[in-house]
Formats: sequence, C-alpha cells, structure tokens
Amino acid sequence: MIEARRTVALASPWRRVGARFSRNLPAMVSAAALLAVALFCILGPSLSSTSYDAIFPDYVGASPSLWPHPSEAEARTALEGIARRLRARLVQVAFDGAEARVTLQASRPIDERGLAYFERSDAFGPAQVEERRDDGRTLVVAAPLRLTWMPAGADANGRDLFTRMMIAGRISLAVGVLGCTVALFIGVGYGAVSGYAGGRIDMAMMRIVDVLYALPFIFFVILLMVFFGRHFVLIFVAIGAVEWLDMARIVRGQTLSLKRQEFVAAAEALGVSPMAILVRHIAPNLLGTIAAFLALLTPRVILLESFLSFLGLGVQEPLTSLGVLVADGARHIEDAPWLLFFPAALLTLILYALNFLGDGLRDALDPRER
Amino acid sequence: MARLIVRRIAWAIPTLWLIVTISFFLMRAAPGGPFDLERPLDPIVMDNLRRIYQFDEPLWRQYLSYVAALAHGDFGPSYYWRDFSVAELFAKALPISAGLGVTALALAVVVGSAAGAFAASRARSALDVVVTATASLGVTLPNFVVAPLLQLAFGLWLKVLPVGGYAEGAPGNLVLPIVVLAAPQVAAVARLTRAAMIEALAAPASRTLRAYGLPHRVVLAHAFRAALIPLVSYLGPAAAAVMTGSVVVETMFGIPGVGRYFVEAALNRDYTLSMGAVILVATAIIVINLIVDVAYVFIDPRVRLD
Repeated sequence: MIEARRTVALASPWRRVGARFSRNLPAMVSAAALLAVALFCILGPSLSSTSYDAIFPDYVGASPSLWPHPSEAEARTALEGIARRLRARLVQVAFDGAEARVTLQASRPIDERGLAYFERSDAFGPAQVEERRDDGRTLVVAAPLRLTWMPAGADANGRDLFTRMMIAGRISLAVGVLGCTVALFIGVGYGAVSGYAGGRIDMAMMRIVDVLYALPFIFFVILLMVFFGRHFVLIFVAIGAVEWLDMARIVRGQTLSLKRQEFVAAAEALGVSPMAILVRHIAPNLLGTIAAFLALLTPRVILLESFLSFLGLGVQEPLTSLGVLVADGARHIEDAPWLLFFPAALLTLILYALNFLGDGLRDALDPRER
Repeated sequence: MARLIVRRIAWAIPTLWLIVTISFFLMRAAPGGPFDLERPLDPIVMDNLRRIYQFDEPLWRQYLSYVAALAHGDFGPSYYWRDFSVAELFAKALPISAGLGVTALALAVVVGSAAGAFAASRARSALDVVVTATASLGVTLPNFVVAPLLQLAFGLWLKVLPVGGYAEGAPGNLVLPIVVLAAPQVAAVARLTRAAMIEALAAPASRTLRAYGLPHRVVLAHAFRAALIPLVSYLGPAAAAVMTGSVVVETMFGIPGVGRYFVEAALNRDYTLSMGAVILVATAIIVINLIVDVAYVFIDPRVRLD
C-alpha cells in the first residue's frame, strides 16, 4: 500500500498522464484501432496482390468475396471470350487446382499465336499447348489461373477496392498529420506572440482572428481548390490555414495566464530576451493543451479533406481518398452498395476512434478540463 | 443594447468588404475565365463579350465598379446562366435553401434538446448510454456518408421516399435532405443539452428546489431552462454548419438551392454568382451571430453588454 503510494507520488507528470490514459478503456481501444488502421494503410499496399491503380476489365463490379478471382464462372466466361477470338469452340473445360485444362476445336487449324489471349485476360497466366490433334484443328491447352484477391470487391473500373481503401486511408492519415502540422505552426506562433505581447498588439491580432472567424472559410477553400487546381500540397495548406484559428485562441489564453507566473517574471528579471522566454519557458508549458487540442483537430482535418474530395475538389485519379471512394460508392448504390459501405465504414472508424482518442488525451493531459 | 447592435453592424461592414476583396482577387488571379469553352469562341465574339462584361478594363477598375454596384445592392449578371442576374437566381434558390436550413435547425433544437434532457434526467441509465452513443455517432458521421446510406435504405430498399429531386417542394422530397442536414446538429445539441442539464441539476438552485420538496418534474423543468442558455450560443456555429452541409445535401439530392449553385458556379468560373454566394453566406453568418448575441443578453441577465 505504502509502496504503491510512493510510486504515484514519485511518478513524473508524463507518467501520470500515461497512467490516466491507460485507465480510459474507450481511448485505449481507439488507440489500438487506429494503430491497426495505420498499419493496414501503410503496410497493406506493399503486401497486397494488386496495385491500387491496376485495372481488371474481367472483374468490373465484382462483388466482395473471400475467395480469389477468377471463380469458376468467371474463368469460364473468360475462356468463352478467348475461344471466340481464336475462332474455336470450347469442347471441354476442366479445372484442377490452380490450372485450367481446355480443349479447343475449330474447323480450320488454330493459330497458336492466338494463345497469347490467355495471358492478356485477367484470369490466366501464359498457356501451354499439351496436345495437338486433327492437324491442329483440336488443341488441348493448359493455363495456370492467375489468382487475384479482392475481399472488398472491385469498382466500376475493375480496380481492387481493398487496395484502394488502403491508399485512401494513407492519404487521409497523411492529410490529418500534415494539415494539423500547418495549423499547429501558424496557430501556436500567432497565439503565443499575441498572448505574450499583450496590450494593443494582442488586441489587434485577436481582432483579426475575430474577423477571420466570420469568413465562410469552407467556401474559401472550395474556391481555392477550384481555381488553383488540385495539388496534394495545396489541400493540406488550405486546410491548415483554415483550422489554425481555434489553436491561436487557445494558445493565446494559456500564454496570457502563463506569463503572469513567477518563473516568467524570474526569467525576465534575469534579462532573458522575450523570444527566448517564449521558446524556453512558455512553449513547453503549452505542450499538454496543444497535444490534447491536436488530437481533436485531426478528425476535423480528415473530415474536411474527405469533404473536399467528395465534392471532387481533392486528390485526383488514379490516386484516391476516402471522400472520393464514398462519392464513387454513392454513385453506385443501386448496383454495388459495397463500394459505399466499405470506405464509409473505414472513414467512420477513423473519425470515431480519433474522437475518442482525443477525448481521452484531453482528460489525461488536462484533468481540470473535466 | 442599441450600442452593441450598432457596433456589431459597424464591424460587419469591413468584414464583408474584406470577404469581397479577397474572393474577388482570388478568383481573378486564377487561370481560365467564364467564356473559355472547349471549342474556343470566334475572336471577334470573344472581344465583344469581353467588352460587354468589361473584362478588357484593368482589374482594379473592374473591382471598383463591382464594389460600387454591390453597394447599390446589385450582384450583377450571371456569366454562366446568361439571361439571368445573380439576384434573380438567388430569388428562386434562397427560399428553398433557407426553408431547408431553418427546418433542419428547428428539428435539431427540438429533438436534440429533448433527447439530451431525457438522457440527463436518467443519467447513467441504459437509455442515457444509448442517447450518448448515438449522439457521438451522429457528430462523427459525415453528411456525405449519411446521405447515400439513407438514400439506399429509404429510397431503394424500402421505397418509401424519393431518392432525390425537388419536385416543387413536395414534402416527401424534403424529408431526407432535412434529416441529413439536421442529423449532426441534433446530435451536437443533444450532447450539449445533456452536459448543461447535468450541470444544472447539480447546481445549488436545483438542490434548493429539491429541498422544498418539489416534484422531480418541476426540478427538471427548471434545470431544462438553465440548460437552454448554452444552446442559444451554439445556434451560430450550428447555422454555419447547416449552410456548409447544404452544399453537399443540395448536390446529392439535386435540390436547386444556393448550396448547389455554389460549387457549380465555382466550377464554371461564374465570378459573379460565386461572389454572390460567398457574400450571402457571410452575411447570413454575421446576422445570425448578431441575433444570437442579442438574444443571449435577454436570456441570461448575467451577461454584460460588452
């Protein structure tokens, strides 16, 4: 008992934050979920059997399935197409494991160069002639099946949705991080200077923030994206430039109360320059508040990016983002609802987890806020 | 009070001017113009168009004449919808958007505050957990996810409501757009009311009422009134969020409102229509914030005028 109390008393502030955080079950679950999503999005594409922009014309609009493509029916359809091009008939088709054994028959000798059609389809690898009969009018051909896994189905262009979701999640997370970084630098710099300068400067700087608050900013971002093209860089610069206002206000408030503390007065008495006081003494004390606010800002940034992408103003094809995928799904709700469900679920999961994580972090870092 | 209102209006003018200036030069700095079609126009036609719309004059003079016209309440002609002035387009679109937005806000206040108060009155019960979880889902789910899911459920599977279209304001066509617009605000209002109500129920005033032996119902009614105060100040941001949401909702449901014009106008380089929409939204936000601030003074006597 006494032992336990001593550990708590000796624990550093950051360790106490960690302890408070780990007691918060929803926040811990959210952290684990986010970690899983991040791993899925970052490592997934390199483990995936297909590329996010690879097009499979044979599998356009394929529904989600745990079994690899081609299914037997898909392979048969592909074979019929190949036979038609070879001007031959399919006499016999047999599948054994990873190989298809096909007997083709035609009224004239079959041109074996045409077997390249096997490789050109999405379902098969290079074909080998096993047997020639009737002067080449009948061929027995063996072709390995080319297996492609599309657990979340394929989109209207025949691209693997699962891999596209990974890339989209990657973009969303990257925008979240980068957009927040932009907001962080502008907001903290502006807020800290305003709060520390005080007086007329503070009043003028905060007036500007008030005026900017009245601007319909989302509309500005839309204008910006429409008129200046859709650079990836521009997206997070625009988003960061919109989202720094709250950060500036919070940091200013904290700085105002911090600068009245004795240690700041002591530093001033020792002749430390204002800039050095800001960097060395004020900024580290703002860390907790900033971290908590950042965690809540991230989902907002991600949401804004997917909102822009949804309107067709974000990242451009073939690159994709969750907003683009949801918009795409919304266009196909009738014939392919999974195109909407999977990206929507991933986006919701990310946003939900980030919100809980942010709440947990805020509670852990700033227990007075509760 | 009069001083507060006058000062706020005095602030609104430079704010609006700033918005007009930034968006004017932002648009003009961008490449492309309203008459750049896929097949270029005959140079003579183009010259005539540029002269009629005064694009041949220096930019600063165009800016001055635009601001001068604006000061007289003239938004100018639309560059894309020839034959229509921006004011005429808004005259048709604005009532539609405003109707949807106001209904959505009213729905959010009524349903949200009721759900929040209900959850708070039974804090920590199963019902409270359900309301809280639903609310945090509602706050998180983006409207562009909710809209197609509802279209799928009610329009395609159950076939009870139309998937989209306006149909001259037929009630059935308005249900889904209003619900999608209102949903995040219902959730936000519910959370806000619940938190404020729990705080109000723990306040000394409520304890006193309970000590008088008043029934639980009466205590709740008093706490509810106190809980509505923070709600009023949320109406400003809520209205702004509804206006932003209308861009998505009107696009998805094909409703001919201002929100849909906004994206279309920007894509068509319809300078005047985009500007008009930005000014309209900014004015609406400023006016709503002013009304909320004034209302706040009336509702909460503790708030000082400055």
